Amino acid sequence: MNELKKKLAEIQAQAEKKINEDGIDPEKVRIEYLGKKGDLTAVLRSMGSLSPEERPQIGQLANKVRAAIEAAIEARKQYLKTSQLEHRLMSEKLDVTMPGERFEIGHRHPLTKIRRELEDIFLGLGFSIAEGPEVEYDYYNFQALNIPPNHPARDTQDTFYITDSVLLRSQTSPVQVRVMEKQKPPIRIISPGRVYRADDVDATHSPLFHQLEGLVVDRGITMGDLKGVLELFAKNTFGEGTKIRFRPHHFPFTEPSAEVDVSCFACGGKGCRLCKGEGWIEILGAGMVHPKVLSGCGIDPNEYSGFAFGFGIERIAMLKYHIDDMRLLYENDMRFLSQF
Amino acid sequence: MILSLEWLNEFTDITGMGPKEFCDRMTDTGSKVENYRVLGENIINVKVGKILSVEKHENSDRLQICMTDAGGEKPLQIVTAATNVFPGAVVPVAVADARLPGGEIKKSKLRGVLSEGMFCSIAELELTTHDMPGAAEDGILILGEEFGKFVGADIRDVLKLSDTAVEFEITPNRPDCLSVIGLAREASVSFGRPLKLHTPSVRGSSDGDIIENYLTVTDSAPGLCPRYTARVVKDVKIAPSPLWMRARLRASGVRPINNIVDITNYVMLEYGQPMHAFDYKCLDGSSITVRTAAEGEKFVSLDGKEHILDGGTLVIADAKKPVALAGVMGGENSEITGSTSTVVFESANFLGACVRIGARKQGMRTESSSRFEKGLDPENTLPAIERACELVEMLGAGTVVDGITDVFPGRTAARRTPLRPDVINRFLGTSIDEAFMRRTLAELGFGFDGGDVIIPSWRADVEEMADLAEEIIRIRGYNTIESAAICASTTEGMRTPRQNFDLGIEQTLIGLGLSEIQTFSFISPKYYDRIGLPAGDPRRRSVKIRNPLGEDTGIMRTTALPSMLEVIARNINFSNENARLFEMATVYIPGDDPDALPEEPVSLTLGMYGGCTFYTVKGIVEALLRSCGVRGASFTAAAAPGFHPGRCAEFRSAKGELLGTFGQIHPNVAAAYGTDQQIFAAEISVPGLFAASDRTIEYRPLPKYPAVTRDFSFVCDDGLEVGKIEDVMKKAGGDLLEDIKVFDVYRGLQLGAGRKSVSLRAVLRAADRTLTQDDSDKVCAGMLDALKKELGLALRG
Repeated sequence: MNELKKKLAEIQAQAEKKINEDGIDPEKVRIEYLGKKGDLTAVLRSMGSLSPEERPQIGQLANKVRAAIEAAIEARKQYLKTSQLEHRLMSEKLDVTMPGERFEIGHRHPLTKIRRELEDIFLGLGFSIAEGPEVEYDYYNFQALNIPPNHPARDTQDTFYITDSVLLRSQTSPVQVRVMEKQKPPIRIISPGRVYRADDVDATHSPLFHQLEGLVVDRGITMGDLKGVLELFAKNTFGEGTKIRFRPHHFPFTEPSAEVDVSCFACGGKGCRLCKGEGWIEILGAGMVHPKVLSGCGIDPNEYSGFAFGFGIERIAMLKYHIDDMRLLYENDMRFLSQF
Repeated sequence: MILSLEWLNEFTDITGMGPKEFCDRMTDTGSKVENYRVLGENIINVKVGKILSVEKHENSDRLQICMTDAGGEKPLQIVTAATNVFPGAVVPVAVADARLPGGEIKKSKLRGVLSEGMFCSIAELELTTHDMPGAAEDGILILGEEFGKFVGADIRDVLKLSDTAVEFEITPNRPDCLSVIGLAREASVSFGRPLKLHTPSVRGSSDGDIIENYLTVTDSAPGLCPRYTARVVKDVKIAPSPLWMRARLRASGVRPINNIVDITNYVMLEYGQPMHAFDYKCLDGSSITVRTAAEGEKFVSLDGKEHILDGGTLVIADAKKPVALAGVMGGENSEITGSTSTVVFESANFLGACVRIGARKQGMRTESSSRFEKGLDPENTLPAIERACELVEMLGAGTVVDGITDVFPGRTAARRTPLRPDVINRFLGTSIDEAFMRRTLAELGFGFDGGDVIIPSWRADVEEMADLAEEIIRIRGYNTIESAAICASTTEGMRTPRQNFDLGIEQTLIGLGLSEIQTFSFISPKYYDRIGLPAGDPRRRSVKIRNPLGEDTGIMRTTALPSMLEVIARNINFSNENARLFEMATVYIPGDDPDALPEEPVSLTLGMYGGCTFYTVKGIVEALLRSCGVRGASFTAAAAPGFHPGRCAEFRSAKGELLGTFGQIHPNVAAAYGTDQQIFAAEISVPGLFAASDRTIEYRPLPKYPAVTRDFSFVCDDGLEVGKIEDVMKKAGGDLLEDIKVFDVYRGLQLGAGRKSVSLRAVLRAADRTLTQDDSDKVCAGMLDALKKELGLALRG
């Protein structure tokens, strides 16, 4: 009996060793040891020579050995599966430094980009966006803005005419008039858009450019309110630390009128190339809406007051992005567009 | 306006401050300074010298050695090549080391002889013969003997070369500031220094001779000429004006001519009142009439140009002919010359618009016309002419005949407006006290009558409260206004649905890889030829600009396709491999009435080249329609001008409205833009998309029952559009057909030439049950039946 016990122990040891040998299919080991002609089966068959007392002992032992071998086979199979997967995954290794699949995303034109940013600033301040025609009546572009025919202020805006009474608007201000004619205060609008002046194309001029105009009319609007709004605009556009400065000026449709400078955002006001050493950059025109303009639109200037401001979007874009030649904006070279 | 600070000082004392300080404060109070120039700053160590002796240079035929007294301890030895030097001559000497605008002057040896300086010509002092009449242009400036007493003095002091010239940008509402006195008033208020005005006084001839012996003035256009003031000067001696006057004119950027002309310019600069001088002997009939010209009347202006006048133009005429274009320029026929002996001074007031129109029509713009057109003060003509006559007497230029002819039909009462400090403060958002307001206005020349402000005659720009507010706050300082947050009614800050729609298109296209461009709205009519628009195409009717910059920008575009193609051609030229572009282009569609405004719809224009096909554009269009909520659009082949005849489609909304056209650009059109690349483009109506889009979102329950898919293959003529097959199947499929899609098109030899195989997949589903085999078979049979009947198609065997 001891001999059989020894034999079983040997079988278990041999099988376990074989199972874990490289290149051996664990299923083959199963057949070799546990199959009908297997070693363990042979031991069980030889149990006939044992006494009835010894038989259950050996039987139990043999079952244990079988279970152990089965477990070893399963473990080995599991191990082989895992290592095969690992092996496969390693063989699938990629060069992660290779470029990714290319998804082209288009670009907003810099003028539109600036315009949308500006719109969002003013939308947040309760302004809505008003639109008006580019081919406009002389009346809205000039007369209703306190610029009668043959007024010298017409010289500063060399205008393209279609007929005696129709022109290409030289400013976005006619939209103010159209809004005031239609809508009673409170009015709080901006109107961005194309304007036209007979300037030849060069690095700083274009016969077509974009303006953004703002108008607020209500009871009790003061010049201090104008300053407050422009300060917010300047900080949002050019950075938190930006200051503004008003200089007296003249526009026929505002009184008092001002030219507005912002502190140079490149040097913080110390003076540099961008601001030509001044520390300040002229950015826009503004003022309190002229009482004649209000009353011409049917708004009583004794009851209401308002302010207006306007600036060139090209100028803001050129300053912000350091574009030194206006022509680039209309050339639409992909190498330029793709930078925005 | 260029202002001489030396001149300004005569009217208000601005000494004790640097030019920068002066300029900054003037800008802050509303007189914007463009720049300033310190005159004479590059003339250093140049003295008045007297030549003691002139000797020949031993080693040169050309050079002479001059011992010169320049005020130093001992005479200077100066070697010169000039030939106009002589002993006793008083000359400007640059004493080494000296600086001149042309460079440094140092001691140096000329052919072995030491020269301790240099004599100066007028050019070396940046002067001309206008500034120094009679001076040699190619020799040393020989000063008169009267300068002998200044030997050793700085030439700048002696010739009045030191000054500061400040250039102002005066806005058109302030013609009063186009004068020394006007700016002196501003400076005096800005710096709190007194204004010293001067009342001219004229002795007159006191010989019994009066102006009526010479002249009658008739104003027959009082609406255009509110005032005409004239005086006569006899025994005129035309000569150069004195140095001090020439120096002030020069600093102000005006060229000295002779005493009479210089006086008119001097008074214009000092008073802001343009003046004119006529040669009396040229005035026929001893009369001046202000009248409108006869149609076609001829006139030769001072500059020798001939003008043909029209009926509206205001002229100054004698009994026979125009002698001046009113407020613009005098006539050659009555010009002051060396032989002038009697002069008529004109100091008149003309209506701004009238001068402006007159000058424009003749294509002229003069210093005088640009002042008049801004609207001048009629009260100013008299002081100005008195000043001119005072100067005549001061300069000894002639005898002023007693009497003034002053025709003043346009006299108006002084205007007034109430001063309401509380309203002004509420308007500005300030709390300025009334005393400051009154003081400021008074200093600016305003008067008071109780609660009213009397507006000075020279301030036509001031009318009401807002104007007074500006006067007060500009002197107080715009930057003293405290910023405030608007305390007013709440307003909605939001984009309209249309504006959001535009924004959505922009975002979708950018997400799809297209970049936005911006091009000019005006084009040349030739651009329509270039894209092959036929002669009668309605798009050729464009809004025409009457005064375009050039032919290329002569009309407002009705299509943005030419601009897009130009940009694409440019990118190809720049060797950019590919581009996918879009423009939200406004186009301008005229109606029938030229005085009515055109429609301005936005035409979304796409353009692309490099690595794309017809189906790239179509895919972009389809994606755009999906993102815009345009459902049920149909695509059909089209033959739009400019496009490849076999690769062009148009698409319509479910209601049948044309939304756009796209396809490959015709190779001939591409060639017209200088490229043989395949270009693809689209023109899409944004208002059309907006009208066709359904932006409401309503959730549909997800399907509860499974779908059945069935594939079909047909062999058909290559010319049969798959869209037709789809349409027939859709119609025949009924409610149970959820979707039908082409998934393969195959052409091959075994199919035969001109044939193709088309495979489609149908998805069938019922909302309320699982479809049975029988249900699906019925739908499929129905579709096949319809295909057989309508297109003669049978399943591929």
